[in-house]
This record gives sequence, C-alpha cells and structure tokens, in this order.
Amino acid sequence: MKFLTTNFLKCSVGACDNSNDNFPLRYEGSKCQIVQDETVEFNPQFLLNILDRVDWNAIVTVARELGNQSLPVTKPQFTHQNGDANTASNLTEDELAVLQDLHVLLLQTSIAEGQMSCRNCNHIYHIKNGIPNLLLPPHLA
Amino acid sequence: MKKYLLFMVHAHLNFRKAEIESLADLFNIESIDYSKYSDQSPFLIADLKNDEEASTWIKRSILTKAIYEYWGEGETMEDLHKSIKEQPYTEKYIKDYELDSFKFEFETYKGNSKNNNVDRVKQIESFRYLDFKGKIRMKDAKQIYTVIEKYQPVSENIGGDKPVYHYFGRLVQRSNRSAMEKYDLKKRPYKGTTSFEAELSLVSANIAQVKPGTIMYDPFAGTGSFLVAGGHFGALVIGSDIDGRMIRGKGAQASINSNFKKYGESEKFLDVITMDFTHNALRSDLMIDTILCDPPYGIRESIKVLGAKNPEKFEGKEDVEIDGEKAYLKRDYIPTKKPYSLDALLDDLLQYSTERLPIGGRLAFWMPTANDENIETIVPMHSNLELKYNCVQDFNKWSRRLLVYINRGDGYNGSTNAGKQRTSNFRDRYFKNFN
Ligand SMILES: C[S@@+](CC[C@H](N)C(=O)[O-])C[C@H]1O[C@@H](n2cnc3c(N)ncnc32)[C@H](O)[C@@H]1O
Ligand SMILES: [Zn+2]
Ligand SMILES: [Zn+2]
Repeated sequence: MKFLTTNFLKCSVGACDNSNDNFPLRYEGSKCQIVQDETVEFNPQFLLNILDRVDWNAIVTVARELGNQSLPVTKPQFTHQNGDANTASNLTEDELAVLQDLHVLLLQTSIAEGQMSCRNCNHIYHIKNGIPNLLLPPHLA
Repeated sequence: MKKYLLFMVHAHLNFRKAEIESLADLFNIESIDYSKYSDQSPFLIADLKNDEEASTWIKRSILTKAIYEYWGEGETMEDLHKSIKEQPYTEKYIKDYELDSFKFEFETYKGNSKNNNVDRVKQIESFRYLDFKGKIRMKDAKQIYTVIEKYQPVSENIGGDKPVYHYFGRLVQRSNRSAMEKYDLKKRPYKGTTSFEAELSLVSANIAQVKPGTIMYDPFAGTGSFLVAGGHFGALVIGSDIDGRMIRGKGAQASINSNFKKYGESEKFLDVITMDFTHNALRSDLMIDTILCDPPYGIRESIKVLGAKNPEKFEGKEDVEIDGEKAYLKRDYIPTKKPYSLDALLDDLLQYSTERLPIGGRLAFWMPTANDENIETIVPMHSNLELKYNCVQDFNKWSRRLLVYINRGDGYNGSTNAGKQRTSNFRDRYFKNFN
C-alpha cells in the first residue's frame, strides 16, 4: 500500500463518519514494514497535479507516525503552479528536488505488512502483501 | 477553420460516435457538425481550427484510424484530381509543404485484400501536377499524402475489386488504435475470467473522459482491466474489490502492479484495496474525477456486501477472543458477507457518484442484459445524473451496454428510479438462455 493511499483512506465504519477522527487512520511505525520501490517512475507533471488532491496535514501526521519527521508543516508550493494550468516544464532545480523527494515518499514508499487503526473507534485494519483490507465484521458493518 | 477528413474504424458502431464526441467535448472542440456523421460511413468531414486541434481530438481515439487535412474527393481518380485542383486552398497547401520530404500511402475500405493488380506507382505519378519538390522518403517522411479508396463489397465477407469513391488528404494524426496491441489480454501477465478486453476498455475510458493527472476509481476492480485503461490515459487509478483473491494476483510476476510495470506506467497505479464498495473507506472529501467499472452481475461472481445473512447466528461473536485477542481483529479474520441485489448496488453506485464526482464528471459502467424479447431493460436513473450514452454491444443471446452518466448536481432534477426493482434475476435468465 503506497504512502499516498494513507491520504485517501478513512475508517469504513459508517458511524465514524460523524466524527472528525476517522481520517487519517493511525499507523504504528513499529508495526509497519516499510519498503521502497525505486522502479516507480518519476513524472513531475503528473505528481504536481495529484498534489492538488493531497490533504497535507494528514501527510505530515502519518509520515511522523511512520518515523519521518522532516516534512514542512505547510504544503510545498511550486511557483509555476497556477489554477489547473500546472506545468512542470519551468520548475526551478530546487523545486524539482522537492518534487522528487515527494515522489519517493508518496509513490515509491509503501507499507508491505502492517496495520492501521481508527482514531475514533479503534478498529484495526490489516495490510497484507501490500494490500490494505478495509472489510468489517458484521457487528460493525 | 480548415476542413479535415476523419477516417474511422467500421466496427463497434454503437460506440464510435460516443467516443469522438466525448473526446471533442473533453478538449472543448465545438465546431464539429455531427449531423454529417453516419453509422453507414467510416468518413466524417469536420471543420477544425488547425492541425493541432485535429491532432488533439484524434490522438487518443481507439475507434478511428486517422485524421487528414482534406484535399479533395471524387468517384474516379479523374474526379479526385479535378476536385483537388478546384479547391481554393490547394495552391496554399502545396506552397506550405512543397519542400518537405514526403511519401504516398493508400488506404482501402471494404476492398478485396487479395486484389493487387492496381498499379500504385502509376497512381502516384498521376499526382505529378502537385509538383512537390521535397525528397521522397519511405521512412520518417515529413508529410504523408494518402489516397483512401472506398470499394463496393461483393458480399458481407468479400471485399470489392474496384474502388467506387476516393478521398485524398495529408495525414495529420494517426489514432491510438495501436494501444489495442499493447494492452492485448493475451500478452497481459495478470488476468482472469473477469478481465475486460483491451479495445472496449480503452473506448470506455475515452467515453468516460479519463484525464491525465486526475483520479479514476474502479470500485469493482477485479483483475484491474479498467485501471489499466485509465492509467493509459494518464489518470492516477485506484481500485477496490470485496474479494481479496481477485486483486492480489498470482505472485509478484503476475499482479495488477506488475501489469502496470510491464506497460511502463507504474506511477499511474495507486493501489487496489480489499473493500466492500457499500462500506466505502475513501475519505468523503476526496474528489474522484471519473468512476469506471464493470459491476458484479451474479454470473461469474456473486453480488455480496458485508454483514450477516442470519444476524442471530453472529450474536455475541464480537466478544470471541483467540489468544487474548478479539477474533475479529486478527490478521486472518474473514468477515461474513450477505447477498445483495443488483438494483440496490447500482443505486448505491449512482448515489456515490453524485457525492464524489465533480460537476461535469462522468460515471461509466457496463451492464449485461439478456436478449429475451419480452423483458424491457430498465436503466438506473438518479435525479442528479444525466444519462449521456447507452451503448449496446450485442452478442448472440445476450448483450451488454456501457452506460455513461454526467454529474449535473442538485439542481438538475432528472428522473429517478432508485429503490425500484428494475431487473429480474439476470443470472437465471442468462443461464436459461444458454441451455
Ligand atoms: C465483473 S467483475 C469486474 C472485473 C474487472 N473489471 C476485471 O477487470 O477483472 C466484478 C467484481 O466485483 C467484485 N465485487 C462484488 N461485490 C462487491 C462489493 N460489494 N464491493 C466491491 N467489489 C465487489 C467481485 O469480486 C468482482 O471481482
Ligand atoms: Zn472508526
Ligand atoms: Zn452496513
């Protein structure tokens, strides 16, 4: 499960939708096996567009839980980013380096084995063979 | 405006117009006069701003072959030459390209492929009056001039021997039809019985207007055929399936992830999640640009959702512990599932789409129908969704259709049939028809 996916997953228990704590899920660094896949291709333009969809606070929170304290508290801005005309072609070298780091974190880093839990109801979800399992037992479904 | 000739594939006619229309709409091309479009003809003449616009329109299309700058047409070669000489812009066109390297190509429609007694060299020489001064290059020619011959076929399967009509144009853009080869299921590392063929999955993604750098979701991902199609057109794709075995694949060499690796599009594939669509875990404020899928119909796979069929059997089970740990929290716990109706599942899909898609965003999904004459097919409707296309693919005893909806928002007030029973059991009818 790619790091970026942690930014999209909430608790699947319906009742938790009424709480503000059902996203992001909680990840315990010690219980997660992190792997990096360097073969995932770096596509600056694509990543710039996807970054628009990212909830940065949740990225920072989950990165910390998984042992990465280095992220800035606010989402990196790219000077040539305006509206939906995001273009990667005139990024500065520094910006490109930042984007490359984000690529490593968001798309190359993944959780191969581990678990995550809901901050509201504490239900535990497992990640097996890189695939998160969001199914629920009948009393929570 | 300039005149262009679009040469389409003469197949999947129920999908062809929807594809070119959707692509034109995606790129805000509004000058095309579709009243000239006919299912009987593989040709469409269109007015477009310039070559770039023509190219944008057609380069990701699957059900067309190519688009040409229009130079002329006529029944016989003589008529064709006359037409070319008469066009007011011919002189300018020649000036624009006369120094470029070039070659001639021939395309045929409904011709007999074994018919090779036409003298192509002589035909090329008949264009001498164009007086191109550039080098003739068989490879990497800058300009490709194309004669398209239309034949009158002898019968449905036997092509004609003599062309009855001719078009001439300069190639501007070939379509993306070659993608069918690349994504051919025969060459795909991980596939299964539910995998969807390359051609129509790519067409589906075009009609659904999958856009680069946006998010596409397939709630019933299975072996990931639509994820592959969405990734090809540049979206970040996410899939879910209630059956973990489907999305897991068969080891590292044959998984959805390895398919994307093989295609060189690994960054487009986000993840597949084991999840019941109706107990959805994608955060509610995540905008999903496109939803494209093939829902379960209870034929090869059953329609199930989380929950107990007989709740009384599960009473108190949540307290069961194994080795001091709640059983339902264990890594290997398998939750029970209960049957669900297709109507309800599709209602959920429509409702979900209105909540997650942007205004103007598209939901596209496949729905099979048995071809019994006396049963009407009722298409699910939601008051916020405009049903834009209903494209039928006919098989012998059954058919399936691609339903495409546009999210119009709360004020749309379209018709709805949510909560009504629309389908009798497709599974029963399907098998009855095959016996
Ligand atoms: C027709 S198949 C889709 C096949 C897929 N297009 C492919 O390329 O293989 C339907 C899928 O829906 C899944 N499914 C059934 N009920 C579901 C549910 N409630 N939530 C999510 N997936 C479900 C089935 O496991 C099955 O894999
Ligand atoms: Zn919860
Ligand atoms: Zn439920």
